[in-house]
Amino acid sequence: MYVAVKGGERAIENAHRLLAHERRGDRAVPEVSLAQISNQLGLAVDRVMTEGSLYDRELAALAIKQARGDMIEAIFLLRAFRATLPRFGSSEPVDTSQMQVRRRVSSTFKDMPGGQVLGPTFDYTHRLLDPELTGESSPEQPVMTDAEPGLMPRVTDILGRDGLIEASPAEDPEKPVGDLTRDALSFPADRDLRLQNLARGDEGYLLALGYSTQRGYGRSHPFAGEIRLGEVDVEFVAEDVGFAVPLGSITLTECQMVNQFKGSDTEAPCFTRGYGLAFGQSERKVMSMALVDRALRARELGEDIKAPAQDEEFVMSHSDNVQATGFVEHLKLPHYVDFQSELGLLRKLRKEFADANETAVALQEAAE
Amino acid sequence: MNAPTYNFAYLDEQTKRMIRRAILKAIAIPGYQVPFASREMPMPYGWGTGGVQVTAAILGPVDKLKVIDQGSDDTTNAISIRKFFEKTAGVAVTTNTNDATVIQTRHRIPEATLQAHQVLVYQVPIPEPLRFLEPRETETRRMHALGEYGLIHVKLYEDIARFGHIATAYAYPVKVNARYVMDPSPTPKFDNPKMNNSAALQLFGAGREKRIYAIPPYTSVVSLDFEDHPFEPYKHKACCALCNAEDSYLDEIVTDNKGSRMFVCSDTDYCETRQSQGHRGSENAAPYAESANA
Repeated sequence: MYVAVKGGERAIENAHRLLAHERRGDRAVPEVSLAQISNQLGLAVDRVMTEGSLYDRELAALAIKQARGDMIEAIFLLRAFRATLPRFGSSEPVDTSQMQVRRRVSSTFKDMPGGQVLGPTFDYTHRLLDPELTGESSPEQPVMTDAEPGLMPRVTDILGRDGLIEASPAEDPEKPVGDLTRDALSFPADRDLRLQNLARGDEGYLLALGYSTQRGYGRSHPFAGEIRLGEVDVEFVAEDVGFAVPLGSITLTECQMVNQFKGSDTEAPCFTRGYGLAFGQSERKVMSMALVDRALRARELGEDIKAPAQDEEFVMSHSDNVQATGFVEHLKLPHYVDFQSELGLLRKLRKEFADANETAVALQEAAE
Repeated sequence: MNAPTYNFAYLDEQTKRMIRRAILKAIAIPGYQVPFASREMPMPYGWGTGGVQVTAAILGPVDKLKVIDQGSDDTTNAISIRKFFEKTAGVAVTTNTNDATVIQTRHRIPEATLQAHQVLVYQVPIPEPLRFLEPRETETRRMHALGEYGLIHVKLYEDIARFGHIATAYAYPVKVNARYVMDPSPTPKFDNPKMNNSAALQLFGAGREKRIYAIPPYTSVVSLDFEDHPFEPYKHKACCALCNAEDSYLDEIVTDNKGSRMFVCSDTDYCETRQSQGHRGSENAAPYAESANA
């Protein structure tokens, strides 16, 4: 006698138990600590914080450990936690011109106030596997200098003084910055929401889209005006106090892309901006984001929308890797009810096809 | 580290209010897709987050919850969602359709006729019935606003021209309250007639796509068709091998390596209830073990 499938509950429990076992791995090997992940896999933590939209190194490290190093799973864990947090307000806009810079490069000027600062970068390393890292390593102490007191103006601010680049849009107190985690997104979307979407967007997706603009699908003639990495203060206006109080500092990477613009009948030609910003050190992300931000400004700048990277509905609807992975992977769920109706329909269509052919053959034979 | 604490039914009250407002609007405009600020839930998008948010927003401590996936209470995702609400809301759960006050479902409508005190919550992957004809949300919203549904009728007509009949077997589009064309979620078209004039409130939640829509009780729901090609409800050429039902939606089960098949009810509660009443199918001649004299 046939018995309908049962026992899903125990199967789930056992699967989770097995997962925990696999996560731990060989128990003779020491367990990885959150401090180790946060310190030694710092760029992974940065990515999870950025796309998880939550600045918390410890929780991001926990998510990476819990996800067994699966970045999208870790991002998902952080996002699900973030969704439950109460909102008590928005910070003041951070001022990246006041950043404590650890790295700052510009490809548009050989030198400028504050100079080029290479900082901790993979750039110019030779990508040769390093056998010294197979065991315990003791790298040399870094070379340190005293921080120069002079400020490091942003390259775009230098260009802006001569009007060579469009002005950054001014803050509008009448129009608060949108938040797509609190309101459903609708199109056309303004740049604040586009940038929020891109900041949360999948790094690989933005990389591919940004790359496509360089290869001619929505070309914008970009120059890396400036990439800077460092710490900025976050301030919050507490209503009881009546003024902005510092909440702490966070590490950010910022990219200001400088792009061509032909100008119009009413406006003199000037450079246009593409902008990227991410938590921690995330250079690939911010550069890709800046390229895509610029591509998405096609509508605003009166350019033809021809390439995928310029199509805001396409770009924004598919950038979120937590949404994407959920929907792609939901194909694992049972679909046998809808499959059954397709099966029934297909059998019917095939039978009709066969019957029609038989009739046709019979008719032909009769005619002969 | 911040130790997380969660509200009744997981969502905070502020979020629930936002979702309830969307639900009320959806009920006021039957079949219209109301955008809402869908939250990240602790289960993946595409796995029922829309339905879970709707259920979380309407669930009260006295409710009795039933969760089905493919008609069954015992599929893994249904179990997972039921456990989620058992844990976060502590509500009573049931597999009995008649006992439940809230039924969350994926891909099926229960066979038993729903009552006025019940709410059916559908999990919806793609809420837009016009999506595969027009990928742009800006366009489809305009088409709904103008009631411009020619495109979908052309698609159905093309089916007839090619195959001799409408070749849509599930997620068969319907018109609600003679106004909005609506996607019934990927239920088989077998279930479409159950939506019409139902005593129960029907709510649809699409988490990833951030939309909620509704069919209020006793609302007309008409499957799209043509006068000369009327809607045909799907009819199986078999009856259930366990309970002998002739009126239920059947799953096809492959029983051996030679490809032998049998058909059983997809609605497990319906099937078990019938068996306990003494109905026997071809594969189930032995007396029903637990309730031979019930």
